[in-house]
Amino acid sequence: MVSITINGNQYSVPADYSILKAAEENGINIPTLCYEEGLTITGSCRMCVVEVKGVRKLLASCATPVTEGMEVQTESERVISARRDILRLLIANHDLRCLTCERNGDCRLQDYCYRYKVEDTPYKGDKKHYPIDTDNHFFIRDYSKCIKCGKCVSICAEVNGAHVYDFMERGFDTKVTSAFDDTLQETTCTACGMCVNVCPVGALVEKSVLWEGRPWEVKKVTTTCSYCGVGCQLKLKVKDDRIIGVTADKSGSNLGHLCAKGQFGWEYVHSQDRLTDPLIKRNGVFEKASWEEALTYVAHRLQGILQERGGQAFAGLSSAKCTNEENYLFQKFMRTVLHTNNVDHCARL
Amino acid sequence: MTGYRIKQAVRNGRKLIVADPRKIELTNYADIWLRHRPGTDIALINGLAHVILRDNLWDVEFVCERCEGFAEWSEVVEGYHPKRVEEITGVKAELIEEAAHLFSQAERASIVYAMGITQHTSGTQNVLSLANLAILTGNVGKEGAGVYPLRGQNNVQGACDMGCLPNYYPGYQLVDALESRHKFTQFWGTDLPDKPGLTLPEMMDAAYSGEIKALYIMGENPVLADPDANHVVKALKNLDFLVVQDIFLTETAELAEVVLPAVSFAEKVGTFTNTERRIQRVRKAITLRGNTQSDWETLVALANKMGHNWVYPRGPEEIMEEIARCTPSYGGINYDRLETRGLQWPCPTSDHPGTPYLHRDTFSRGKGKFHGVHHIPAAEEPDEDYPLLLTTGRNLYQFHTGSMSRRSKLERMRPEELMMMHPDTAKDYRIKDGDYVQVESRRGEVKTKTQVTDHIPPGMVFLTFHYKETPTNRLTNSARDPVCNIPELKVCAVKVKKVMN
Ligand code: SF4
Ligand code: SF4
Repeated sequence: MVSITINGNQYSVPADYSILKAAEENGINIPTLCYEEGLTITGSCRMCVVEVKGVRKLLASCATPVTEGMEVQTESERVISARRDILRLLIANHDLRCLTCERNGDCRLQDYCYRYKVEDTPYKGDKKHYPIDTDNHFFIRDYSKCIKCGKCVSICAEVNGAHVYDFMERGFDTKVTSAFDDTLQETTCTACGMCVNVCPVGALVEKSVLWEGRPWEVKKVTTTCSYCGVGCQLKLKVKDDRIIGVTADKSGSNLGHLCAKGQFGWEYVHSQDRLTDPLIKRNGVFEKASWEEALTYVAHRLQGILQERGGQAFAGLSSAKCTNEENYLFQKFMRTVLHTNNVDHCARL
Repeated sequence: MTGYRIKQAVRNGRKLIVADPRKIELTNYADIWLRHRPGTDIALINGLAHVILRDNLWDVEFVCERCEGFAEWSEVVEGYHPKRVEEITGVKAELIEEAAHLFSQAERASIVYAMGITQHTSGTQNVLSLANLAILTGNVGKEGAGVYPLRGQNNVQGACDMGCLPNYYPGYQLVDALESRHKFTQFWGTDLPDKPGLTLPEMMDAAYSGEIKALYIMGENPVLADPDANHVVKALKNLDFLVVQDIFLTETAELAEVVLPAVSFAEKVGTFTNTERRIQRVRKAITLRGNTQSDWETLVALANKMGHNWVYPRGPEEIMEEIARCTPSYGGINYDRLETRGLQWPCPTSDHPGTPYLHRDTFSRGKGKFHGVHHIPAAEEPDEDYPLLLTTGRNLYQFHTGSMSRRSKLERMRPEELMMMHPDTAKDYRIKDGDYVQVESRRGEVKTKTQVTDHIPPGMVFLTFHYKETPTNRLTNSARDPVCNIPELKVCAVKVKKVMN
């Protein structure tokens, strides 16, 4: 442990912490754009700079380890003016269509401009305009809104391993893109959507949320993925009682990472094919029935077989898709109501 | 997700050995790729153990202090010298030596496996031989080591934990042990059958033969998921009464007399237990669709209609309280404690923090046991009539029988089955990439499009079971492992012929 001073208060933190991490854990927010826990630290956006006593230059707090006795200012005048400058440069080359941007109200660039009262930019000049890539099935890429934080580049390479993106050109012309500027269909993209979830602005946006509602109207519900046994935690985005998308949740062992199924495989929930009513087959065709009618029918049929043949005539298959509570009741039903141990599920398949 | 973590580990300088007949993404990351013939896992693993023993690379201390059965086992392994293993598996002897050295030198080594190991007539033995390898090298009971079976479905672990098994009550309490039967007789207040029940494949046989009259299915689709599908359909049609609860009218539900509509994960409250044994919350995000209700409500209503008195006014939370009372490993679980990160069982009491890894100081049976197991050939190998080996699996964009994933945008990534075939084999059959073929086994036939690729070795073809248009399980063999009854989905013999679309 080392002891450091942040904004005049003393803290004791583990020696391998960065200034950013030390501040964060003690409830002090430092703005960041390119930093993402678990990914390689590039320190490239400079948004998280802080002033350290005895050091002339401002230091990127994400990339600077704490040292014993260090004195840090996170919101000094110098720091604030540096952050303002970064923001002014960013908005000078940003397609500011906030009115209709899907990230309006949930955008780091907006948040920090507001926080540091940046209303306009003195840097007037060319703005880059790129056509919006709507070619892939899952998300759009609008590079006129890209702030080049590089998080999509890193997460795709370091977590997924797909290496879809890279920076192209230099300076003002810098652009994040896929190899040969191809549409994602032609790359190694596995549609995990992790790049979309780390984008701090409106450059990468799930198609399913487009024009569906403003971020503040969308309820986010943390739950467990319904596909595989990893059990990733994720947030369902819900608007007007419908799921419109999925975003990362960092509380689980998956650390906010997802695969294509968790991220984009939820639409079956709203499929037209969902069963909506109990069905009873009469003369070979299914007819809709009320619950009362259907349950009475089932109970009657089961009761009949039970009386005639006993428990050995029954078998039950439960589901690895159902909850623990449902599985518990299912085997309890088979064992106590139908008197049989003939109960299994698809663990072997 | 597991793939991401393995790739990340390799990027961080860890070593990777992949044993797979197919070329998969991970083989690109592997230091050593053991491309053995399907159905020769035991020989391969025994071969590795043989080299580790011969070259004195095993963990003597761990084996002496914590294991038993070593002497008998080592006699078995004695016979698996690399040359012989090469003959059985097709993997070069030198590569086996190299892999054995790499594996045994690791300070901590993990073994990760899934259905590729288990879905064989020798499934149990395959797993035992992996366990042998882990204890031989002392790779159990410490962080970053151990044997990791990956669970396919989101709640397979939970369904097993909850006693949806013919021989266990919740928490793996044996149905034929007097003590546990007595406990549950009291707890549930009713007499209980004393003999273990039938496993899924046995149920299908019993339905086929008429012993089973009624089948209750909650959220499963055996018509597409189970081996030898034609047999399954006949079995289900032979029932007096079939009731299915599901969210879609699946191929199985279509055969039912009554179908009860269930709800999706987004409309329900409950818990799933993942492959790390972590019990996690499922939260309701949207209201019920149409005239549906949760499976638990249906079960409660039905039990009560049949004269029982089940009352859970507080719903799933209250059911979990009942589970905790009768399941020691879930004893400390309640919804409040699951709010943030979930808990890993065993978690016996409400102040127990959960258990991240097992067998730290002792094994559940006391000592770790070496099991001498011999190579057993697959039940059906290619021959003159059916000259190709069919192995089955999954693709990234689809899930199981596709009833969920195919109703989402994922469908656009892989809308149809593509049977993989090696270029050399394809040449023999004059099949080109994209051609349609008919695949036939002793049990049935299916039609599929072909993808010519070196991702699988010559003489072999690969199919998934995601697509109802290509119901692969009409081909597969329902021959089973004698211990746990898992069917041999990974090996059977087929022939193919080109057809017009
Ligand atoms: S979706 Fe996943 S694989 Fe595709 S570009 Fe984004 S991060 Fe990479
Ligand atoms: S997101 Fe992918 S890896 Fe995670 S639980 Fe869902 S299916 Fe499994």
